[in-house]
Amino acid sequence: MTAPPQAPPRARRRLPLTWLGVLPFALFVGLFLFAPTMKIVIGAFQTPEGGLTLDNIRGLFTTSILSSYWISIKISATSAALGCLVGFLMAAAVVLGGLPGWIRSPLLTFSGVASNFAGVPLAFAFLATLGPLGLITVWLRSEFGINLRALGFNILSFWGLTITYLFFQIPLMILIITPALDGLKREWREAASVLGATGAQYWRMVALPILFPALLGTFALLFANAFGAVATAIALTGSSLNIVPIMLFAQIRGDVLGNPNLGYAMAFGMILVTGVANVIYIWLRIRSERWLK
Amino acid sequence: MKKLLAWAILLLGITYFILPLVGMTEFSLSMRRGVYSLDAYRAVLADPRFHQTFGYSVIMALLTIVFGVLLVVPTAFWVQLKMPHLRPVVEFVTLLPLVIPAIVIVFGYIRLYNTSSWLPLTGTTFGTNLLLMLGYATLSLPYMYRAVDTGLRTIDVATLTEAAQSLGAGWTTILARVILPNVLVAVLSGAFVTFAIVMGEFTMAALLNRPAFGPYLQLMGANKAYEPFALAVIAFVITWACMGLIQLVTRFSKHTKAAR
Repeated sequence: MTAPPQAPPRARRRLPLTWLGVLPFALFVGLFLFAPTMKIVIGAFQTPEGGLTLDNIRGLFTTSILSSYWISIKISATSAALGCLVGFLMAAAVVLGGLPGWIRSPLLTFSGVASNFAGVPLAFAFLATLGPLGLITVWLRSEFGINLRALGFNILSFWGLTITYLFFQIPLMILIITPALDGLKREWREAASVLGATGAQYWRMVALPILFPALLGTFALLFANAFGAVATAIALTGSSLNIVPIMLFAQIRGDVLGNPNLGYAMAFGMILVTGVANVIYIWLRIRSERWLK
Repeated sequence: MKKLLAWAILLLGITYFILPLVGMTEFSLSMRRGVYSLDAYRAVLADPRFHQTFGYSVIMALLTIVFGVLLVVPTAFWVQLKMPHLRPVVEFVTLLPLVIPAIVIVFGYIRLYNTSSWLPLTGTTFGTNLLLMLGYATLSLPYMYRAVDTGLRTIDVATLTEAAQSLGAGWTTILARVILPNVLVAVLSGAFVTFAIVMGEFTMAALLNRPAFGPYLQLMGANKAYEPFALAVIAFVITWACMGLIQLVTRFSKHTKAAR
């Protein structure tokens, strides 16, 4: 009796309005993720008056800005490469090295903590350890007469920053690569040794080629991770090391470059670098998942 | 031989991770000459700015969590239930904050929402706080979404929804009393990561000039000798507690599921 009148409103309510459910999300990312990013990208190609120009991009190719990009890229690449290497060795030691099984869980938990322990406190931790009065610096000097500073080491330098970044790079690598190492099937190793392969040959010809996309992909992720890190660098070096995030930070605070739109171009350069690194990561990840399922 | 090598690698790695923590703790305890003392901690706890900034960041973290849950749970639920074809897109979008550096995002905020724009958020204290909270929500989006989405995959969303609907529940009831309790563990782990991120965040708060814990840490680092290390120890304990709580709730939930 009452059934027929109920049907039409239900059909009307359901059909065209499904998209309303994701509207808040779309609005949020539109306003607070896409719009700000687009503002930067567009601003990089605009004059302060709003006209179209390539001058800002050209402005990036000055010695000081280019060298800051170069130092940033060097630090990011070095810390990513070392992070991958050490993280891989540690994960391999735990997964394949025959260590007792209870080590694994605490190591992964600690990696979760350490990969999130970045920023200002991390800089303090390394100042207390490798700074001029740091634990290791003082210990080396008093026990062995080794003066790190005289040897050219300074925490406010390329290597100082790289060693500090490793504190969150290595754990991130461990977190990502452990599942991949778990995915190496025992049968592959057995099949290789049945065919007469040595351990080294198995690694060179079977395991590493399978892991390669995952390794390279994680490298790209770690690279982007280090490239965008601001707080650690600022707390550690102040403004003594001209890396891109520090320069951009100073530019946003007080327009040190003397051209507000050059700031847009610097930020655009950062998006470009991390964007390319992440495209590589995603592409390689898709490839590696074919084998490691 | 292999085992020996594995132990050597592991121990070397652990040494690298332990030494900075030891150095930081040692420094934080050596404010009084010659003996270990808690003076630096006492000095920090007596500093009114510590209470202000710490309290500010805790409140911001809680607000970010509430906002994040209200935004992410309905969205992930809706995508799973009604628009599964959108899932790769949404997943990709939620990962973008990992790609675009925070400093670039906040730079965009400053230029987009300044006093002469159509939405002058940075014109008032409330507006700036709101903008900072939304920025934090953006930063934690990858972690929150991933956690909730993983949680939703383990339950049968369609059946639960239909069951609830046939009992006469509306969308709010379904979300609050059926879906949320079922993904509570996932929501909690997302919330703890968010908390850790917000408590340590520096760039956004500094550039928006808000009195948060991160900028305070940096300021202390530039001006004081021992207090920064006490603060760093406190920050490390917070991070550690958040991650530990994630482990705890995850394990607790596995336990109850196994017992069923």
